[in-house]
Amino acid sequence: MIYLDYAATTPLDPAAYEAMQPYLRPGGAHGNPASDHLAGKRAREAVERARAQVAALIGALPAEIVWTSGATESDNLALKGALEFYADRGRHVVTSMVEHKAVLDTCRYLETRGTKVTYLRPGADGRVAPEQVLEALTPGTVLVSLMWVNNETGVIHEVERLAPALRERGVLFHVDAAQAAGKIALDLRTVPVDLLSLSAHKAYGPKGMGALFVRKKPRARLAPQLHGGGHEQGMRSGTLPTHQIVGMGEAFRIAGERLAQEGAALAVLRERLWACLRELPQVFLNGEGAPRVPGILNVSFGGVEGESLRASLPELAGSSGSACSSATGESSYVLRALGRDDELANASLRFSLGRFTTEAEIDQAAEQVVAQVRRLRALAPA
Amino acid sequence: MIYLDHNATAPLDARVRETMLPYLGGPYANPSSQHRMGRAARDAVETARAQVAALAGASAGEVIFTSGGTEANNLAVKGTALAAPRGRLLYSAVEHPCVVEPMQALAARGWPVETLAVDGEGRVDLAAFEHQIKGGEVRLVSCMVANNETGVIQDVARLAALARRAGAVFHADAVQAAGKIPLSFPDSRAHLMSLSSHKIYGPKGAGALFADPAVPLEPLLHGGGQERHLRGGTENVAALVGFGAAAELARTELAARMAHARRLRDRLQARLAALPGLVSFGARAERLPNTLQFAVPGVHSATLLGLLDKQGFAVSSGSACASGTDEPSPVLLAMGVPAELALCAIRVSVGKDNTEGEVDRFAAALCGLLAGLGVSMPSVKPAAGVV
Repeated sequence: MIYLDYAATTPLDPAAYEAMQPYLRPGGAHGNPASDHLAGKRAREAVERARAQVAALIGALPAEIVWTSGATESDNLALKGALEFYADRGRHVVTSMVEHKAVLDTCRYLETRGTKVTYLRPGADGRVAPEQVLEALTPGTVLVSLMWVNNETGVIHEVERLAPALRERGVLFHVDAAQAAGKIALDLRTVPVDLLSLSAHKAYGPKGMGALFVRKKPRARLAPQLHGGGHEQGMRSGTLPTHQIVGMGEAFRIAGERLAQEGAALAVLRERLWACLRELPQVFLNGEGAPRVPGILNVSFGGVEGESLRASLPELAGSSGSACSSATGESSYVLRALGRDDELANASLRFSLGRFTTEAEIDQAAEQVVAQVRRLRALAPA
Repeated sequence: MIYLDHNATAPLDARVRETMLPYLGGPYANPSSQHRMGRAARDAVETARAQVAALAGASAGEVIFTSGGTEANNLAVKGTALAAPRGRLLYSAVEHPCVVEPMQALAARGWPVETLAVDGEGRVDLAAFEHQIKGGEVRLVSCMVANNETGVIQDVARLAALARRAGAVFHADAVQAAGKIPLSFPDSRAHLMSLSSHKIYGPKGAGALFADPAVPLEPLLHGGGQERHLRGGTENVAALVGFGAAAELARTELAARMAHARRLRDRLQARLAALPGLVSFGARAERLPNTLQFAVPGVHSATLLGLLDKQGFAVSSGSACASGTDEPSPVLLAMGVPAELALCAIRVSVGKDNTEGEVDRFAAALCGLLAGLGVSMPSVKPAAGVV
């Protein structure tokens, strides 16, 4: 099977796997990191080393990293926590129609509780422009939430340009960076976002682990959403899963080391794939014209039916969009938002490449897709 | 190191670790992906769901996986309240902070919140509860099956029956009880029940809420639609596989684990009984077989724990979550223990891999340290053969 679904989840890096092993074995660091005895202290030291590793990748202070169970929780905590804490500032949120479900579903929930949410439609290139965001602000806008990188198209938003403008206007800025961390350079020392969500398993760390960056200066405040025990500076309670935290730390350390080189290699592979696919007539690159992360290629195929296309590619582990919405069988809301009609949105494939993707895999995948698209088009009534 | 702090966290069982490793190092798909690798991950999660359900006689369809006991308890409390019209919320005075604090957060939003009084052993006063629940519409009653500090077991089935009669939802925090005593979700009569993986020799980072599908719940984590739309987020496949394996082992080895724990705990209790003035908490109530909480009046736990740690013994004063604070345990205060005595509490929680020799060494070390601190112990001698 050819795995081109790295945007859904990545394999654990072997070095991260090894780093986790001591914390899955007896031998002194198996304690609860909140315990005062030696077994607890050793676990706590490992947790703090990992915190520094994660902070380093994004130019943050270790104390600005709050551990969570994943990016979904980070997004929930950022939005609900900020809206609750800053309730006296207003009840308006600005976001985009192409956010991950973790942000969109949280916004829908907030709407049921009296928050007003503006969902901005991206341009044809998949990007929401900073100007659109600024125009949508009202005196009651508490927070803007915009993803750094879209999970379906790989399109990169202009966070660097938007962040200072929002800071100037006193509006909190939350960025979902689940698909950005480890893929593009993020330096929060120069980009004044207030809250930023991270996921371990999108960057070769373990599933079930994430973090929320919460800026110290100027300090962003949150009402906790998981209460009890007062862990993580009172912002997120629950026993810390030492081995998962260590795995995320190591994965982020490796990501920092390899970022530039890996990005260049993936861009070459992606262009190789695109060069083959574009030979077909009626193929459309989603996010064309916008800067994109090197590992994602999202293509719509005219004249084929999406379901048949996917069924004809059993050896290809890619997806039609986000794994989270693939279970529903709906066409991608992201592609529809950037103007694809239902049929074309449905006849789309997201190829997401990663650290272990080979040139041979890319060639096989390209060959299979081209052959099947041709076959299906030949079968279809003209 | 001799580890006697299993109520804080239990070390991962080597057999559990072996079941997890292929899911860390091998198949890595997202269980929500529709391709073959995604379906394999989904199957693994569903096997784990059945295993966890079986630990308490629940059905797989009642299991909502979470990131741990804290999230499960928060989901039970906040999820129930946010899905219901405002009404009274009741919880026992000895609940874990991850029940107490969401209750307090709701109180800050205007929900009427009340505690249930406990007797001197830490058991909820049933007569008082029966009276209290009649005083206006109750949405939720939350009471733990067994207490994390004292190990005292509540009569949850009685409480749940009374709560049901009053039309309230009943939540039972079974985080400490699971794997230590027999547990039945249906027999408990609870609508909601919380479990944690790392308290039953599974990995940290996984938990579950058993939920009667008829009880409306507002999710705490929105997005993605996982777990019947009640808990969004990519499933932590390896941890859930480990949780499932740990639950199965806990179920099949329960009787042996209980007998072993009781033997060690009772042996320790007998060793310590001669200490002058020693107070055991909850000792006249039914307790978890592995837990012993006591105090030596005048010897602060902070002092003693530090000395024990230096000698290689890992025990605690009570809840790990409250470590580092100088506050007396709210659990003990609720039982009527004077603050000064509560500050002297030591909790020993033995596990399936502890030995009689380890317990004896602990007793001897404790007695030695207390003698060094000037506590007179005329009648206590270390057991024969103990260094």
